[in-house]
Amino acid sequence: MTDQESERGPHHPRPLSPAALRAKAIESLLVEKGLLASDAIDRVVEIYEKDVGPLNGAKVVARAWCDPAYKRRLLEDGTAAIAELGFGGLQGEHMVVLENTPRVHNVVCCTLCSCYPWPVLGLPPTWYKSLAYRSRIIREPRAVLHEFGLELPETVEIRVWDSSAEIRYMVMPERPAATANLSEAELASLVTRDSLIGVGLAEPVAR
Amino acid sequence: MDNPGDAILNGVHDIGGVDGFGAIHHEVDEPVFHEPWESRIFGMSMVGAGLPPITLDARRHQLERLTPVQYLSSTYYERWLARIEGALVETGTLTGEEIEQRSRELAAEPGRLVPRRDDPVRTDGIVNTLRAGRPTVRSIRQRPRFAVNDRIVTRNLNPHGHTRLPRYARGRHGIIVGHHGAHVFPDTNAHGLGENPQHLYTVRIAMRELWGPSAEANESVLIDLWESYLEKDKAAARSTPEKKVPSAKKVLAKASARSAKARARTASSKRSLATPLPSIKRALSGVKAKGKGARTVAGHALARSGESSGKPARRSR
Repeated sequence: MTDQESERGPHHPRPLSPAALRAKAIESLLVEKGLLASDAIDRVVEIYEKDVGPLNGAKVVARAWCDPAYKRRLLEDGTAAIAELGFGGLQGEHMVVLENTPRVHNVVCCTLCSCYPWPVLGLPPTWYKSLAYRSRIIREPRAVLHEFGLELPETVEIRVWDSSAEIRYMVMPERPAATANLSEAELASLVTRDSLIGVGLAEPVAR
Repeated sequence: MDNPGDAILNGVHDIGGVDGFGAIHHEVDEPVFHEPWESRIFGMSMVGAGLPPITLDARRHQLERLTPVQYLSSTYYERWLARIEGALVETGTLTGEEIEQRSRELAAEPGRLVPRRDDPVRTDGIVNTLRAGRPTVRSIRQRPRFAVNDRIVTRNLNPHGHTRLPRYARGRHGIIVGHHGAHVFPDTNAHGLGENPQHLYTVRIAMRELWGPSAEANESVLIDLWESYLEKDKAAARSTPEKKVPSAKKVLAKASARSAKARARTASSKRSLATPLPSIKRALSGVKAKGKGARTVAGHALARSGESSGKPARRSR
Protein backbone atom coordinates (compact mmCIF):
# COMPACT_ATOMS: atom_id res chain seq x y z
CA MET A 1 0.00 0.00 0.00
CA THR A 2 1.24 3.45 -0.74
CA ASP A 3 -0.66 4.81 2.25
CA GLN A 4 -0.91 8.21 0.65
CA GLU A 5 -4.32 8.56 2.22
CA SER A 6 -3.79 6.91 5.57
CA GLU A 7 -0.63 8.82 6.32
CA ARG A 8 -1.29 12.00 4.51
CA GLY A 9 -5.05 12.16 4.47
CA PRO A 10 -6.22 15.39 2.96
CA HIS A 11 -8.11 16.62 5.98
CA HIS A 12 -6.31 15.67 9.15
CA PRO A 13 -2.83 14.41 8.47
CA ARG A 14 -1.56 12.58 11.51
CA PRO A 15 1.82 13.78 12.81
CA LEU A 16 4.42 11.24 11.79
CA SER A 17 6.73 9.48 14.24
CA PRO A 18 10.47 10.20 13.90
CA ALA A 19 10.93 6.80 12.26
CA ALA A 20 8.07 7.41 9.82
CA LEU A 21 9.55 10.81 8.93
CA ARG A 22 12.99 9.36 8.26
CA ALA A 23 11.55 6.53 6.18
CA LYS A 24 9.56 9.02 4.15
CA ALA A 25 12.58 11.31 3.77
CA ILE A 26 14.78 8.47 2.57
CA GLU A 27 12.20 7.16 0.12
CA SER A 28 11.62 10.67 -1.28
CA LEU A 29 15.31 11.40 -1.72
CA LEU A 30 16.07 8.05 -3.36
CA VAL A 31 13.16 8.40 -5.78
CA GLU A 32 14.25 11.94 -6.70
CA LYS A 33 17.76 10.68 -7.41
CA GLY A 34 16.35 7.93 -9.62
CA LEU A 35 17.67 5.19 -7.35
CA LEU A 36 14.42 3.63 -6.26
CA ALA A 37 11.41 2.22 -8.09
CA SER A 38 8.17 3.04 -6.26
CA ASP A 39 6.24 0.27 -7.98
CA ALA A 40 8.82 -2.30 -6.94
CA ILE A 41 8.23 -1.42 -3.30
CA ASP A 42 4.45 -1.53 -3.81
CA ARG A 43 4.61 -4.98 -5.39
CA VAL A 44 6.90 -6.49 -2.79
CA VAL A 45 4.75 -5.17 0.05
CA GLU A 46 1.60 -6.39 -1.64
CA ILE A 47 3.01 -9.89 -2.08
CA TYR A 48 3.79 -10.28 1.61
CA GLU A 49 0.67 -8.50 2.83
CA LYS A 50 -1.80 -10.34 0.60
CA ASP A 51 -0.42 -13.38 -1.21
CA VAL A 52 2.15 -15.13 0.94
CA GLY A 53 1.19 -16.16 4.45
CA PRO A 54 0.55 -19.08 6.81
CA LEU A 55 -2.35 -20.32 4.72
CA ASN A 56 0.28 -21.72 2.37
CA GLY A 57 1.84 -23.76 5.15
CA ALA A 58 -1.61 -24.83 6.31
CA LYS A 59 -2.37 -26.20 2.84
CA VAL A 60 0.87 -28.16 2.83
CA VAL A 61 0.07 -29.72 6.22
CA ALA A 62 -3.51 -30.52 5.29
CA ARG A 63 -2.31 -32.27 2.13
CA ALA A 64 0.16 -34.30 4.19
CA TRP A 65 -2.57 -35.28 6.64
CA CYS A 66 -4.72 -36.55 3.76
CA ASP A 67 -2.08 -38.13 1.55
CA PRO A 68 0.47 -40.48 3.15
CA ALA A 69 2.63 -40.55 0.03
CA TYR A 70 2.78 -36.76 -0.01
CA LYS A 71 3.63 -36.75 3.68
CA ARG A 72 6.56 -39.08 3.02
CA ARG A 73 7.84 -36.83 0.28
CA LEU A 74 7.35 -33.76 2.47
CA LEU A 75 9.39 -35.18 5.33
CA GLU A 76 12.06 -36.44 2.99
CA ASP A 77 12.49 -33.34 0.85
CA GLY A 78 10.50 -30.40 2.13
CA THR A 79 11.52 -27.99 -0.62
CA ALA A 80 10.42 -30.27 -3.45
CA ALA A 81 7.16 -31.35 -1.83
CA ILE A 82 6.22 -27.76 -0.97
CA ALA A 83 6.99 -26.78 -4.57
CA GLU A 84 4.41 -29.36 -5.70
CA LEU A 85 1.79 -27.04 -4.23
CA GLY A 86 3.33 -24.06 -5.98
CA PHE A 87 5.11 -22.52 -3.01
CA GLY A 88 8.76 -21.59 -2.85
CA GLY A 89 11.23 -18.79 -3.28
CA LEU A 90 13.13 -16.38 -1.10
CA GLN A 91 13.73 -17.62 2.45
CA GLY A 92 12.33 -21.02 1.55
CA GLU A 93 15.10 -22.29 -0.71
CA HIS A 94 16.04 -25.14 1.63
CA MET A 95 12.99 -26.36 3.53
CA VAL A 96 12.85 -29.04 6.21
CA VAL A 97 9.50 -30.07 7.68
CA LEU A 98 9.44 -31.38 11.26
CA GLU A 99 6.70 -33.76 12.31
CA ASN A 100 5.22 -33.33 15.77
CA THR A 101 4.10 -36.57 17.38
CA PRO A 102 2.69 -37.60 20.77
CA ARG A 103 6.29 -38.18 21.87
CA VAL A 104 8.23 -35.37 20.22
CA HIS A 105 7.40 -31.69 19.97
CA ASN A 106 9.39 -29.45 17.65
CA VAL A 107 9.52 -25.66 17.87
CA VAL A 108 11.39 -23.25 15.58
CA CYS A 109 13.27 -20.04 16.30
CA CYS A 110 16.13 -17.82 15.12
CA THR A 111 18.21 -16.56 18.04
CA LEU A 112 20.57 -14.46 15.91
CA CYS A 113 18.07 -12.54 13.78
CA SER A 114 14.66 -13.40 12.35
CA CYS A 115 15.06 -16.30 9.90
CA TYR A 116 11.66 -17.72 9.01
CA PRO A 117 10.21 -19.75 6.11
CA TRP A 118 8.61 -16.94 4.13
CA PRO A 119 7.01 -18.90 1.24
CA VAL A 120 4.94 -21.05 3.59
CA LEU A 121 4.46 -18.73 6.57
CA GLY A 122 4.84 -15.20 5.22
CA LEU A 123 6.72 -12.64 7.27
CA PRO A 124 7.30 -13.46 10.93
CA PRO A 125 5.07 -12.04 13.66
CA THR A 126 6.59 -9.51 16.04
CA TRP A 127 6.86 -11.96 18.93
CA TYR A 128 8.99 -14.33 16.83
CA LYS A 129 11.46 -11.49 16.24
CA SER A 130 11.32 -10.25 19.84
CA LEU A 131 14.33 -10.31 22.13
CA ALA A 132 12.25 -12.25 24.67
CA TYR A 133 11.44 -15.15 22.34
CA ARG A 134 14.90 -15.25 20.77
CA SER A 135 16.64 -15.29 24.14
CA ARG A 136 14.35 -17.67 26.03
CA ILE A 137 13.09 -20.39 23.70
CA ILE A 138 16.47 -22.15 23.55
CA ARG A 139 16.85 -21.91 27.33
CA GLU A 140 13.42 -22.68 28.77
CA PRO A 141 11.11 -23.91 26.01
CA ARG A 142 8.47 -25.32 28.37
CA ALA A 143 8.12 -22.01 30.18
CA VAL A 144 7.82 -20.21 26.83
CA LEU A 145 5.26 -22.68 25.48
CA HIS A 146 3.33 -22.29 28.73
CA GLU A 147 3.04 -18.56 27.98
CA PHE A 148 1.52 -19.49 24.64
CA GLY A 149 -1.00 -21.62 26.51
CA LEU A 150 0.63 -24.85 25.42
CA GLU A 151 1.14 -27.40 28.19
CA LEU A 152 2.96 -30.52 27.12
CA PRO A 153 3.25 -33.63 29.27
CA GLU A 154 6.63 -33.99 30.97
CA THR A 155 7.24 -37.11 28.96
CA VAL A 156 7.12 -35.29 25.65
CA GLU A 157 10.56 -34.57 24.31
CA ILE A 158 11.11 -31.00 23.10
CA ARG A 159 13.39 -30.09 20.22
CA VAL A 160 14.10 -26.43 19.58
CA TRP A 161 15.41 -25.68 16.10
CA ASP A 162 17.60 -22.57 15.87
CA SER A 163 17.63 -21.40 12.23
CA SER A 164 21.29 -20.39 12.17
CA ALA A 165 21.91 -21.14 8.47
CA GLU A 166 19.72 -20.94 5.33
CA ILE A 167 17.79 -24.10 6.13
CA ARG A 168 14.23 -23.08 6.94
CA TYR A 169 12.00 -25.13 9.19
CA MET A 170 8.26 -25.62 9.32
CA VAL A 171 6.48 -27.77 11.87
CA MET A 172 3.81 -30.25 10.85
CA PRO A 173 1.45 -30.30 13.83
CA GLU A 174 -0.46 -33.41 14.86
CA ARG A 175 -3.78 -33.90 13.17
CA PRO A 176 -6.55 -33.11 15.65
CA ALA A 177 -8.89 -35.86 16.78
CA ALA A 178 -12.25 -36.46 15.13
CA THR A 179 -11.28 -34.99 11.78
CA ALA A 180 -11.62 -38.10 9.63
CA ASN A 181 -14.60 -36.67 7.75
CA LEU A 182 -13.15 -33.25 7.02
CA SER A 183 -12.07 -32.17 3.58
CA GLU A 184 -8.53 -31.03 2.90
CA ALA A 185 -9.71 -27.41 2.84
CA GLU A 186 -11.48 -27.82 6.15
CA LEU A 187 -8.40 -29.39 7.63
CA ALA A 188 -6.25 -26.49 6.41
CA SER A 189 -8.46 -24.10 8.34
CA LEU A 190 -7.44 -25.86 11.57
CA VAL A 191 -3.74 -25.26 10.97
CA THR A 192 -2.69 -22.04 12.69
CA ARG A 193 0.49 -20.08 12.19
CA ASP A 194 1.47 -20.86 15.79
CA SER A 195 1.11 -24.58 15.14
CA LEU A 196 3.40 -24.29 12.10
CA ILE A 197 6.09 -22.67 14.26
CA GLY A 198 5.51 -25.12 17.11
CA VAL A 199 4.24 -22.76 19.81
CA GLY A 200 0.69 -24.06 19.38
CA LEU A 201 -1.31 -27.06 18.23
CA ALA A 202 -3.68 -27.34 15.32
CA GLU A 203 -7.15 -26.17 16.35
CA PRO A 204 -9.58 -28.75 17.65
CA VAL A 205 -12.74 -29.22 15.62
CA ALA A 206 -15.48 -26.80 16.63
CA ARG A 207 -18.42 -28.59 18.18
CA MET B 1 30.28 -1.42 5.71
CA ASP B 2 32.07 -4.41 4.27
CA ASN B 3 35.36 -3.28 5.70
CA PRO B 4 36.41 -5.98 8.17
CA GLY B 5 37.87 -3.21 10.32
CA ASP B 6 34.32 -2.20 11.07
CA ALA B 7 33.37 -5.71 12.06
CA ILE B 8 32.03 -6.32 15.49
CA LEU B 9 32.83 -9.06 17.94
CA ASN B 10 30.12 -10.82 19.96
CA GLY B 11 27.37 -8.29 19.34
CA VAL B 12 24.22 -8.02 21.41
CA HIS B 13 22.18 -9.54 18.58
CA ASP B 14 23.61 -12.88 19.77
CA ILE B 15 21.04 -13.04 22.50
CA GLY B 16 20.23 -16.72 23.00
CA GLY B 17 20.12 -17.52 26.72
CA VAL B 18 20.33 -13.90 27.91
CA ASP B 19 17.81 -13.25 30.65
CA GLY B 20 15.70 -10.21 31.48
CA PHE B 21 13.53 -9.54 28.43
CA GLY B 22 10.38 -10.58 30.21
CA ALA B 23 7.29 -12.27 28.90
CA ILE B 24 6.58 -12.78 25.22
CA HIS B 25 3.88 -10.49 23.94
CA HIS B 26 1.66 -12.55 21.66
CA GLU B 27 -0.54 -10.25 19.64
CA VAL B 28 -3.78 -11.74 18.34
CA ASP B 29 -4.59 -11.14 14.66
CA GLU B 30 -1.39 -9.23 14.18
CA PRO B 31 -1.14 -7.25 10.93
CA VAL B 32 1.85 -7.91 8.67
CA PHE B 33 2.95 -4.31 9.22
CA HIS B 34 1.90 -2.15 12.16
CA GLU B 35 2.68 1.19 10.53
CA PRO B 36 2.76 2.12 6.84
CA TRP B 37 6.38 3.25 7.13
CA GLU B 38 7.37 -0.27 8.19
CA SER B 39 6.05 -1.64 4.92
CA ARG B 40 7.96 1.02 2.97
CA ILE B 41 11.21 0.20 4.79
CA PHE B 42 10.64 -3.52 4.25
CA GLY B 43 10.00 -2.91 0.56
CA MET B 44 12.99 -0.60 0.23
CA SER B 45 15.24 -3.14 1.88
CA MET B 46 13.99 -5.87 -0.45
CA VAL B 47 14.57 -3.82 -3.58
CA GLY B 48 18.02 -2.67 -2.53
CA ALA B 49 17.33 0.83 -1.19
CA GLY B 50 19.49 2.45 -3.86
CA LEU B 51 22.56 0.81 -2.34
CA PRO B 52 25.32 -1.10 -4.07
CA PRO B 53 24.34 -4.78 -4.18
CA ILE B 54 25.31 -6.69 -1.06
CA THR B 55 24.80 -10.18 0.23
CA LEU B 56 22.19 -11.16 2.78
CA ASP B 57 25.05 -12.05 5.12
CA ALA B 58 26.45 -8.51 4.77
CA ARG B 59 23.01 -7.07 5.46
CA ARG B 60 22.76 -9.14 8.60
CA HIS B 61 26.13 -7.84 9.71
CA GLN B 62 25.01 -4.27 9.11
CA LEU B 63 22.22 -4.89 11.61
CA GLU B 64 24.68 -6.46 14.02
CA ARG B 65 26.83 -3.33 13.83
CA LEU B 66 24.18 -1.08 15.31
CA THR B 67 25.37 0.01 18.75
CA PRO B 68 24.18 -2.24 21.57
CA VAL B 69 21.94 0.47 22.99
CA GLN B 70 20.39 1.20 19.61
CA TYR B 71 19.91 -2.48 18.82
CA LEU B 72 18.20 -3.26 22.10
CA SER B 73 16.05 -0.16 22.26
CA SER B 74 14.78 -0.23 18.67
CA THR B 75 11.81 -2.05 17.25
CA TYR B 76 12.46 -4.55 14.48
CA TYR B 77 11.81 -2.19 11.59
CA GLU B 78 13.56 0.68 13.36
CA ARG B 79 16.66 -1.51 13.11
CA TRP B 80 16.03 -2.01 9.40
CA LEU B 81 15.60 1.73 8.99
CA ALA B 82 18.84 2.40 10.88
CA ARG B 83 20.64 -0.19 8.74
CA ILE B 84 19.48 1.41 5.52
CA GLU B 85 20.20 4.94 6.71
CA GLY B 86 23.65 3.98 7.96
CA ALA B 87 24.52 2.23 4.71
CA LEU B 88 23.24 5.10 2.57
CA VAL B 89 25.44 7.54 4.48
CA GLU B 90 28.47 5.24 4.55
CA THR B 91 28.32 4.65 0.82
CA GLY B 92 27.81 8.34 0.13
CA THR B 93 24.47 7.65 -1.54
CA LEU B 94 22.83 10.22 0.72
CA THR B 95 24.28 12.51 3.35
CA GLY B 96 23.11 12.61 6.93
CA GLU B 97 22.35 16.29 6.52
CA GLU B 98 20.15 15.62 3.48
CA ILE B 99 18.10 13.12 5.43
CA GLU B 100 17.85 15.40 8.47
CA GLN B 101 16.78 18.35 6.42
CA ARG B 102 14.16 16.42 4.48
CA SER B 103 12.78 14.94 7.69
CA ARG B 104 12.38 18.45 9.13
CA GLU B 105 10.63 19.62 5.97
CA LEU B 106 8.26 16.67 6.03
CA ALA B 107 7.47 17.25 9.69
CA ALA B 108 6.56 20.85 8.89
CA GLU B 109 4.55 19.81 5.85
CA PRO B 110 2.70 16.63 6.75
CA GLY B 111 0.59 16.62 3.59
CA ARG B 112 3.59 16.49 1.28
CA LEU B 113 3.58 13.39 -0.90
CA VAL B 114 6.40 11.02 -1.60
CA PRO B 115 7.34 11.43 -5.26
CA ARG B 116 6.86 8.39 -7.50
CA ARG B 117 9.12 6.83 -10.05
CA ASP B 118 8.02 3.57 -11.64
CA ASP B 119 10.27 1.01 -13.26
CA PRO B 120 8.18 -1.98 -14.37
CA VAL B 121 11.10 -3.92 -15.81
CA ARG B 122 13.06 -3.70 -12.60
CA THR B 123 9.95 -4.53 -10.61
CA ASP B 124 9.36 -7.71 -12.63
CA GLY B 125 12.96 -8.71 -12.05
CA ILE B 126 12.59 -8.29 -8.32
CA VAL B 127 9.34 -10.25 -8.20
CA ASN B 128 10.99 -13.04 -10.18
CA THR B 129 13.82 -13.14 -7.66
CA LEU B 130 11.36 -13.43 -4.78
CA ARG B 131 9.71 -16.37 -6.52
CA ALA B 132 12.93 -18.09 -7.51
CA GLY B 133 14.83 -17.53 -4.29
CA ARG B 134 18.58 -17.57 -3.90
CA PRO B 135 19.77 -21.03 -2.90
CA THR B 136 22.97 -21.05 -0.86
CA VAL B 137 23.85 -24.69 -1.51
CA ARG B 138 26.99 -25.13 -3.62
CA SER B 139 28.78 -28.05 -5.15
CA ILE B 140 32.26 -28.57 -3.69
CA ARG B 141 34.85 -31.24 -4.24
CA GLN B 142 35.80 -31.58 -0.61
CA ARG B 143 34.14 -34.51 1.10
CA PRO B 144 32.25 -33.97 4.32
CA ARG B 145 34.41 -34.44 7.39
CA PHE B 146 31.50 -35.58 9.53
CA ALA B 147 28.66 -38.03 9.14
CA VAL B 148 25.31 -38.43 10.82
CA ASN B 149 25.65 -39.80 14.36
CA ASP B 150 29.22 -38.47 14.71
CA ARG B 151 29.88 -36.84 18.05
CA ILE B 152 31.37 -33.38 17.78
CA VAL B 153 32.43 -30.43 19.90
CA THR B 154 31.65 -26.94 18.70
CA ARG B 155 34.72 -24.73 18.65
CA ASN B 156 35.14 -21.75 20.94
CA LEU B 157 35.40 -19.13 18.20
CA ASN B 158 35.12 -15.41 18.81
CA PRO B 159 35.70 -13.84 15.41
CA HIS B 160 35.84 -10.15 14.70
CA GLY B 161 32.98 -10.04 12.24
CA HIS B 162 29.88 -11.92 11.23
CA THR B 163 29.42 -15.48 12.39
CA ARG B 164 26.48 -17.86 12.73
CA LEU B 165 27.94 -19.79 15.64
CA PRO B 166 26.09 -18.22 18.57
CA ARG B 167 27.81 -17.84 21.91
CA TYR B 168 25.52 -20.26 23.70
CA ALA B 169 26.54 -23.03 21.32
CA ARG B 170 30.33 -22.60 21.55
CA GLY B 171 32.47 -25.27 23.17
CA ARG B 172 29.53 -27.68 23.47
CA HIS B 173 29.24 -31.38 22.84
CA GLY B 174 26.68 -32.53 20.34
CA ILE B 175 25.79 -35.05 17.71
CA ILE B 176 25.39 -34.64 13.98
CA VAL B 177 21.82 -35.42 12.96
CA GLY B 178 21.75 -34.02 9.45
CA HIS B 179 24.01 -33.03 6.57
CA HIS B 180 22.82 -30.46 4.06
CA GLY B 181 25.59 -30.44 1.51
CA ALA B 182 27.89 -27.42 1.24
CA HIS B 183 26.52 -23.92 1.77
CA VAL B 184 27.93 -20.43 1.36
CA PHE B 185 30.00 -19.58 4.45
CA PRO B 186 28.55 -16.46 6.06
CA ASP B 187 31.66 -15.55 8.05
CA THR B 188 33.52 -14.63 4.87
CA ASN B 189 30.59 -13.86 2.60
CA ALA B 190 29.35 -11.10 4.92
CA HIS B 191 32.64 -9.26 4.50
CA GLY B 192 33.03 -9.54 0.76
CA LEU B 193 35.69 -12.22 1.21
CA GLY B 194 34.01 -14.83 -0.94
CA GLU B 195 31.47 -17.60 -0.60
CA ASN B 196 33.93 -20.30 0.49
CA PRO B 197 31.21 -22.93 0.73
CA GLN B 198 31.58 -25.54 3.47
CA HIS B 199 29.59 -28.57 4.48
CA LEU B 200 26.66 -27.67 6.69
CA TYR B 201 25.29 -29.93 9.41
CA THR B 202 22.41 -29.98 11.84
CA VAL B 203 23.85 -30.57 15.29
CA ARG B 204 21.80 -31.67 18.27
CA ILE B 205 22.98 -30.36 21.64
CA ALA B 206 21.27 -31.49 24.83
CA MET B 207 19.70 -28.71 26.86
CA ARG B 208 21.72 -29.84 29.89
CA GLU B 209 24.92 -29.61 27.91
CA LEU B 210 24.02 -25.98 27.21
CA TRP B 211 22.61 -24.90 30.56
CA GLY B 212 23.61 -27.45 33.15
CA PRO B 213 21.54 -29.41 35.63
CA SER B 214 18.67 -26.95 35.88
CA ALA B 215 17.70 -27.76 32.30
CA GLU B 216 15.36 -30.60 31.40
CA ALA B 217 16.75 -33.98 30.43
CA ASN B 218 14.43 -34.55 27.50
CA GLU B 219 15.02 -31.28 25.68
CA SER B 220 17.59 -30.33 23.09
CA VAL B 221 18.53 -27.58 20.66
CA LEU B 222 19.12 -28.37 17.01
CA ILE B 223 21.27 -25.88 15.20
CA ASP B 224 22.79 -25.66 11.73
CA LEU B 225 26.56 -25.28 11.85
CA TRP B 226 29.28 -25.12 9.24
CA GLU B 227 32.11 -27.62 9.22
CA SER B 228 34.79 -25.19 10.40
CA TYR B 229 32.74 -24.52 13.55
CA LEU B 230 33.11 -28.18 14.54
CA GLU B 231 35.71 -30.60 15.82
CA LYS B 232 35.51 -34.31 16.38
CA ASP B 233 34.64 -35.17 19.96
CA LYS B 234 37.60 -37.38 20.74
CA ALA B 235 36.53 -37.96 24.34
CA ALA B 236 33.19 -39.33 23.19
CA ALA B 237 34.89 -42.39 21.82
CA ARG B 238 36.12 -43.24 25.30
CA SER B 239 33.12 -42.36 27.44
CA THR B 240 29.41 -42.69 27.14
CA PRO B 241 27.34 -39.58 26.78
CA GLU B 242 25.17 -40.56 29.75
CA LYS B 243 28.05 -39.53 31.96
CA LYS B 244 27.52 -35.95 30.86
CA VAL B 245 24.04 -36.01 32.34
CA PRO B 246 24.48 -37.52 35.78
CA SER B 247 21.19 -38.58 37.25
CA ALA B 248 22.07 -36.95 40.58
CA LYS B 249 21.51 -33.65 38.81
CA LYS B 250 17.84 -34.42 38.68
CA VAL B 251 17.61 -33.40 42.31
CA LEU B 252 19.13 -30.03 41.53
CA ALA B 253 16.92 -29.64 38.54
CA LYS B 254 13.86 -30.24 40.63
CA ALA B 255 15.00 -27.80 43.29
CA SER B 256 15.87 -25.04 40.90
CA ALA B 257 13.69 -22.26 39.78
CA ARG B 258 11.45 -24.09 37.33
CA SER B 259 7.90 -22.94 37.73
CA ALA B 260 6.51 -25.48 40.13
CA LYS B 261 2.94 -25.48 38.94
CA ALA B 262 3.71 -26.15 35.35
CA ARG B 263 5.52 -29.28 36.14
CA ALA B 264 4.10 -30.76 39.31
CA ARG B 265 1.92 -33.34 37.62
CA THR B 266 4.11 -36.03 36.20
CA ALA B 267 7.50 -37.21 37.25
CA SER B 268 10.01 -36.34 34.61
CA SER B 269 11.01 -39.28 32.54
CA LYS B 270 14.62 -39.69 31.75
CA ARG B 271 15.57 -40.55 28.27
CA SER B 272 18.99 -41.45 27.13
CA LEU B 273 20.40 -38.72 24.98
CA ALA B 274 22.48 -41.25 23.20
CA THR B 275 19.51 -43.06 21.77
CA PRO B 276 18.93 -42.06 18.18
CA LEU B 277 15.53 -40.48 18.03
CA PRO B 278 13.09 -42.01 15.60
CA SER B 279 11.42 -38.86 14.44
CA ILE B 280 14.67 -37.04 13.84
CA LYS B 281 15.58 -39.94 11.67
CA ARG B 282 12.29 -39.52 9.93
CA ALA B 283 12.60 -35.75 9.66
CA LEU B 284 16.00 -36.13 8.17
CA SER B 285 15.18 -39.36 6.45
CA GLY B 286 17.47 -40.56 3.80
CA VAL B 287 20.42 -39.70 6.00
CA LYS B 288 22.00 -43.04 6.70
CA ALA B 289 24.09 -43.69 9.73
CA LYS B 290 27.04 -44.41 7.48
CA GLY B 291 26.64 -40.93 6.26
CA LYS B 292 29.24 -39.81 3.84
CA GLY B 293 27.87 -40.88 0.52
CA ALA B 294 24.32 -41.11 1.76
CA ARG B 295 21.48 -39.21 0.25
CA THR B 296 20.53 -36.29 2.43
CA VAL B 297 17.74 -33.81 2.68
CA ALA B 298 19.92 -31.34 0.95
CA GLY B 299 21.10 -33.93 -1.50
CA HIS B 300 17.90 -33.21 -3.33
CA ALA B 301 18.44 -29.50 -3.09
CA LEU B 302 21.94 -29.97 -4.34
CA ALA B 303 20.73 -31.91 -7.34
CA ARG B 304 18.05 -29.36 -8.06
CA SER B 305 20.25 -26.36 -7.68
CA GLY B 306 22.68 -27.93 -10.07
CA GLU B 307 20.13 -27.28 -12.77
CA SER B 308 20.01 -23.62 -11.95
CA SER B 309 23.59 -23.11 -10.89
CA GLY B 310 23.90 -20.12 -13.14
CA LYS B 311 22.23 -18.28 -10.31
CA PRO B 312 24.30 -15.36 -9.13
CA ALA B 313 25.94 -15.85 -5.80
CA ARG B 314 25.26 -12.38 -4.58
CA ARG B 315 22.02 -11.08 -3.33
CA SER B 316 22.32 -8.21 -5.72
CA ARG B 317 19.40 -6.51 -7.23
